[in-house]
Amino acid sequence: MIQLENLTKIFETPDGVVTAADNINMTVPQGEICVLLGPSGCGKTTTLKMLNRIIPPTSGRVMINGEDTSTLDTISLRRNIGYVIQQIGLFPNMTIAENISIVPRLLGWDKKRYLARAEELLAMVALEPKTFMQRYPRELSGGQQQRVGVIRALAADPPVMLMDEPFGAIDPINREVIQDEFLKMQEELQKTILFVSHDIDEAVKMADKVAIFNAGKLIQFDSPDALLAHPCNKFVEDFVGTDRTLKRLRLAKVADVMTPAPTPVKPDDDLQTALQIMQNNDYVAVTMVDTLGRPIGSITRDLATAKRGRCGDHFYGLRAIARVDDDLRSVASAMFSKDTTWMPCVDDEGIFRGEISQRGVTHYLGATYRSREAQQTGVQHGEV
Amino acid sequence: METLAFIAESWSLIFSLTLEHISLVSVAVGLAILTGVPIGIAITQNESVAAVVLYAASIIITVPSIALFGLMIPVLSLFGQGIGYLPAVIAVLLYSQLPIIRNTYAAINNVDPALREAARGLGMTPVQRLRLVEIPLAIPVIFAGIRTAVVMNIGVMAIAAYIGAGGLGTLISRGITQTDPRQLIAGALAVSLLAIIADYALLYCQRKLTPKGVSA
Repeated sequence: MIQLENLTKIFETPDGVVTAADNINMTVPQGEICVLLGPSGCGKTTTLKMLNRIIPPTSGRVMINGEDTSTLDTISLRRNIGYVIQQIGLFPNMTIAENISIVPRLLGWDKKRYLARAEELLAMVALEPKTFMQRYPRELSGGQQQRVGVIRALAADPPVMLMDEPFGAIDPINREVIQDEFLKMQEELQKTILFVSHDIDEAVKMADKVAIFNAGKLIQFDSPDALLAHPCNKFVEDFVGTDRTLKRLRLAKVADVMTPAPTPVKPDDDLQTALQIMQNNDYVAVTMVDTLGRPIGSITRDLATAKRGRCGDHFYGLRAIARVDDDLRSVASAMFSKDTTWMPCVDDEGIFRGEISQRGVTHYLGATYRSREAQQTGVQHGEV
Repeated sequence: METLAFIAESWSLIFSLTLEHISLVSVAVGLAILTGVPIGIAITQNESVAAVVLYAASIIITVPSIALFGLMIPVLSLFGQGIGYLPAVIAVLLYSQLPIIRNTYAAINNVDPALREAARGLGMTPVQRLRLVEIPLAIPVIFAGIRTAVVMNIGVMAIAAYIGAGGLGTLISRGITQTDPRQLIAGALAVSLLAIIADYALLYCQRKLTPKGVSA
């Protein structure tokens, strides 16, 4: 857990006094990623660098797992905090193995142990240890170097990581890949991470909590969804963008929004059975699954009323299928591209699990606004 | 032709003078490395000190060598060393300071700030940063300074023959006083060749010592 208490940095410059970080207070629970977000010069990087005292704080406290870091020796503090910078900063005079094992070596691990650790870490980011251990940084691509930069910070298994725009210098395609890899690693590692970014999309993707900074002040500290749904002022609203509700699509999974499996029909069922199900449940359509339970088509109420016979002889094909762990953004995209307002949802095995509709998505996104409005209206009525 | 004949018959003399020349320059530049590199590193800590030190080293290098020898005679005479080996070594030691200090200072200062920040952030002490990162990366540029010092001072050392320090300058000075172009040319040729060979030899060392991952 990381706690910042009234953390402040004041720089004396020739042009006068500049408050780069002004009484920053926040708490990041163990195992969470907190993204520090804001325009350049907003104080996010200064705040990050005060944690490992690359920039010494003017006042205030940094507590890591309840321990006031100002009581610790700077060198050992830094060895216990993973640090990743945008420029990567691999030492060109050292091999990849040497780069990764720097902190373990500084901590006095024996050679066998730190080499084994380097191999383990390389394997974790899908870089073949045999190939890469003895290479030099300049022989690696940018993306490969950045992966090494991240695992170098993880080498001595520090509980806390500081990442200063770690994926900023990578092309957009590789950035997505590395972000995904990193999130997968984080699921296992459960580090407490402070992550500086200026990219709202990256923040929404990576963060458990987002801290928005402006002019040295912490403006809003919230979950990505709360931040996008309820920006606390004009600055945050402008910063997150006019399409902020669309950005929230990425934060919800199909499983959060779908209506759980309504009874499906089989190809051998009579259309009358399908109609009965629709009438009983007030559906306009019902999904048809095969013998294994995989969706293969749909029967609408019009169809069931107009035709006679088996469902398997009279059904509409499926335009698109959603997976329960897809995010809503890909569902919305599929709905638009396939011109449909409804999709059956399947699990990893392809088994029918539920349905998702455009109405369901908009209802889900709108819920947070309605509850807020209801509260506000309630207050007004109370005052009257 | 006469010169070639002279070189052929005085081969062993030329060879021993060359060895003497090499030993004088090596001792002087060796001492200059031992002083110049630490000074160059030390002044990276403070810009105004660096300016003063580099300025002083630049002034020293502008003093003509013959004048420097002259200046040292009365001082070193106090220890009975007014002419000969000691003033020659001191002069070359002083002349070598500028290229060595300046290159060391520039090389350490030019280490990518991102690497320095990474080194700090990973928890290296200042000494570890120097030993593991800054000095290895600075080696090509420091070595370039040493090469400049050696080549320049092989020439300066030739003049030291006038204060009885020995070396290949002996041939040149004798050639002049005895109006003997053979000795003069042989000496000058030997000095030039020595400078070229020394430069290449040091370039080879520089490549060997430069860390593999760093482009020279």
